[in-house]
Amino acid sequence: MTNLQSLEFFIPEIILVITILACLITDLFLKKSKTDLIGWVLGVGLIIVGLSVYNLSSVPPTTLFSDMIVIDPFSSYMKIIIIISTLLIIVASWANGELSKYRKGEYFTLIGIMVVGLFLMTSSIDIIMLYVSIEVVSIMSFVLAGYLKLNTRSNEAGLKYVIYGAFSSGVMLFGLSLVFGLTGSTNYFVIQEAISSMDSSANPALIMALLMIFAGFGYKISSVPFHFWTPDVYEGAPTTITAYLSVAPKAAGFAMIIRFFHQVFSDSIALSGNTVGYTDLPWPEIIGILAVVTMTLGNLVAIQQESIKRMLAYSSIAHAGYMMLALPVLSIDAVESIMIYLFVYIFMNLGAFFIVIIVKNKTGGETFAEYDGLGWKMPIVGALMTLFMLSLTGLPPTAGFVGKLYIFKTLVGAGSDFLWLVIAGGINSVISLYYYFHVVKVMFLSGKRSDKLSYPPSLMLGLIIFTAVPSLALGLYWNPLAKWVKESLVFYSQAM
Amino acid sequence: MENILSLLIWIPIMGAIIVAFLPRDNENLVRYISAAITGLEFIVAIVLWRAFDPVNGSMQFMERYEWIPSLNISYILGVDGLSLPMVLLTAMLFFIGVFVSWNIKKAVKGYFALYLLLNAGVLGVFLSLDFFLFYIFWEVMLLPMYFLIGMWGGPQREYAAIKFFLYTLFGSVLMLIGILGLYFTCGKTFDILLIMERAPEALNGVLWWGMSAAKVIWVLLFIGFAIKVPVFPFHTWLPLAHVEAPTAISVLLAGILLKLGVYGIIRVNYGIMPDQVYWFAGGLAFLGLVNVIWGGLCALAQTDLKKLVAYSSINHMGYSLIGIAAVVAAGEMNGGDLKAAQAGLSGAVFQMFNHGTISAMLFILVGVVYERAHHRDIDGFGGLASQMPIYTGITALAFFAGLGLPGFSGFVSEAMCFIGAFPVFKAIVVLSTIGILLNAAYFLWAFQRVFFGELNEKYKDMKEINGMELFTVIPLAIITLFFGIYPGPYLDLIKATMDQIIEKIAFAASYGIM
Repeated sequence: MTNLQSLEFFIPEIILVITILACLITDLFLKKSKTDLIGWVLGVGLIIVGLSVYNLSSVPPTTLFSDMIVIDPFSSYMKIIIIISTLLIIVASWANGELSKYRKGEYFTLIGIMVVGLFLMTSSIDIIMLYVSIEVVSIMSFVLAGYLKLNTRSNEAGLKYVIYGAFSSGVMLFGLSLVFGLTGSTNYFVIQEAISSMDSSANPALIMALLMIFAGFGYKISSVPFHFWTPDVYEGAPTTITAYLSVAPKAAGFAMIIRFFHQVFSDSIALSGNTVGYTDLPWPEIIGILAVVTMTLGNLVAIQQESIKRMLAYSSIAHAGYMMLALPVLSIDAVESIMIYLFVYIFMNLGAFFIVIIVKNKTGGETFAEYDGLGWKMPIVGALMTLFMLSLTGLPPTAGFVGKLYIFKTLVGAGSDFLWLVIAGGINSVISLYYYFHVVKVMFLSGKRSDKLSYPPSLMLGLIIFTAVPSLALGLYWNPLAKWVKESLVFYSQAM
Repeated sequence: MENILSLLIWIPIMGAIIVAFLPRDNENLVRYISAAITGLEFIVAIVLWRAFDPVNGSMQFMERYEWIPSLNISYILGVDGLSLPMVLLTAMLFFIGVFVSWNIKKAVKGYFALYLLLNAGVLGVFLSLDFFLFYIFWEVMLLPMYFLIGMWGGPQREYAAIKFFLYTLFGSVLMLIGILGLYFTCGKTFDILLIMERAPEALNGVLWWGMSAAKVIWVLLFIGFAIKVPVFPFHTWLPLAHVEAPTAISVLLAGILLKLGVYGIIRVNYGIMPDQVYWFAGGLAFLGLVNVIWGGLCALAQTDLKKLVAYSSINHMGYSLIGIAAVVAAGEMNGGDLKAAQAGLSGAVFQMFNHGTISAMLFILVGVVYERAHHRDIDGFGGLASQMPIYTGITALAFFAGLGLPGFSGFVSEAMCFIGAFPVFKAIVVLSTIGILLNAAYFLWAFQRVFFGELNEKYKDMKEINGMELFTVIPLAIITLFFGIYPGPYLDLIKATMDQIIEKIAFAASYGIM
């Protein structure tokens, strides 16, 4: 489709850009204490964007801007996930005490720009577009991680993030240039065709390129061995940004991996039929091993953490590992399970981070000591935190279990080659129980009945209830979600 | 009557919600409402029992609703001769347990809300016939149990609670993988009855890692259940959990939760893969023997009365394992001895019920003395017989029942397990009689140390067992004595279902052992 024709299908992004400009302009006229209003501007803009994404989700899959990006139900699904998590983060940012000393105008604007990048990440089918979208997201993340300029931890987080980000995107760029050199094109489908006609003498170069590209992707989803930035950045960044980084870029990162690896580096049937795809290259095995290492490392290190925020950072590494388990299976089922996992993961993970915000606002700390006897003092917060921990562990009847069930189901169904991945995943969920329930233990098992009960402010209470309801309800009845995901499993693809 | 099984599951869930919203200062109200809910539950269970047709060995009172059609998950409930006695036992022990927990002082509301949730989970496992539902209830039991041990338990409660949780979760994760294996091999369904029908054919010749998939799935499921039983070497969580748990929770843990393991083996492993029973029975009987001997030896070494009873549970569940291994007598190659198989399996199922009542009694009685003395050291008492004659009498009765004295129900079921297993596993049966000896030794020795000899001066003012405590023990004692003398009604209730299971296993022998 030509550039002019494409604009019609690019409306969500255009509205988003207008919203961002509106945010910037509004910021000029506001006093520091009123900058929360910009969150409203962005929020309302995002709702309109969401509606127009929904409106476009039923158009037949097509490419825009001369094969730069696609619009298909899969990308619409991911965009809606991103919008939901952004909206939740905007609301939480109003109540986040860490930000009260700063103007929030730029903060919300940067989040808005990041959403544009995330949208492009989910839909790019050209390696240049891919690189540009990743960079947009990364640069916004660097600034946001270091947003608390008076806090050295936050500054450290921003700087660390920049260094790691620059390094891994450099490596990725090198990998992408290898692919371009081998195939002579930047378009996914041309690359796929070129690769399928190559003989196996090109494999070493391709594997080299794949590994380098995975450095960039792995950095976005915080997979081992590209995870080193995660704990420090997550600990130093404002908690709302930590929460955001743990869900939205991860969702977009997975969307990008699925498109790039499943579509480009396997035969084209992997994403179109019920059959399992095939590839000569050993990347499924490599990702399988990385998935197991990622989960195991995330879980084992999480056990030793003193700070709950840092523990949640490692737990999010582990969750990236669970989702990666399904990547080696080149089938539509695998993509379905990752999509379901991502959706339930938003609510349980954001819910846990929101409780970290509540406790930090109240006590000023994030360590286990601050949670001592919390369940007796703030019963609702304690009970909901228990629910989030249950869900993150993956115990029924919570949404986290449904996510794990789908991942395990995909692996068992794919045959006995993948059984070792299931067993590794299962053992890891048992390990994770230990540290998730360490929180529960501290909240309830120690401490005594207190006569004065306290409740969080109504905004935060509303947020945690809003995230808790899907965390439980989707574990009991997820038929609508399953249906929606099934409908969204349509990818743009060019028949070869 | 149509939805009586749903009623059984949903009464306690609703009850838990009601209790959670009661005012937290009115503790007696919470207790009375919990008693009323479990009482109602018990009445519904009795109504179910009266309406149950013992001649029919298949599932009765089936309920079936669609739930998640995209994964073929349904809400299916049913009851047969294997689950009905367990449902009755559950309803009864949970009702009694409310009175055993009457003295709980800390966060009464939370305690009873979790208690009722546990009740729903246990009944759900016994009644559900869809693997997904089964698994959900299986896991729903864990959280209340974690809190009940961890918040209301003894000094080491936190460690005991997480150890229990980790062990069981490990087992259930393996079980989940096994269930998914069955889901895919048997045509993408979670319906247990449908899988039972399809599995022998569907699993035939399927290989995982060069091994028969049926064997891999069997082992995965077995470990999940074995941790619950608990089978040696997965038993280490049990003594700790028992010792730390409050009395009522120990009662339920020993009385019902351990039975879930054996129930699962019979319902799932035996029901779905009857042909693999022949492959595994020898190992099962051997594990039973180890349980009997190991449990007995450990019990002998204990100085804590509650720990002694806990190890006696391991010892007693061993008999059940030997009993269920005996079903292989029904196979042609073992002589097709249906009578022996019948005796073994019925004995094992009967032993589950008897151990439920007897161990419940033992734990309540240990709780009674702990309440007064605040310790359970066997050597720390002495001469209690003169101080508390009624308590001594009842404890004597419970100990005798526990050591399997003829005239008590435990004797009947243990004898049946042995009779059934003898034709196939002669050596194991002969060796496990040592367990009976140990069994008698640890109970009698403990009895002697606690009740006879000179009265310990510290306890000369010890109060006699009170009315409410008697109320919790006497019904159990009556049941134990009644079935010891006249086990007929129980065996008639389960016979048709047992026959069906054995028939299936006998038939499986004809299509061969892989």
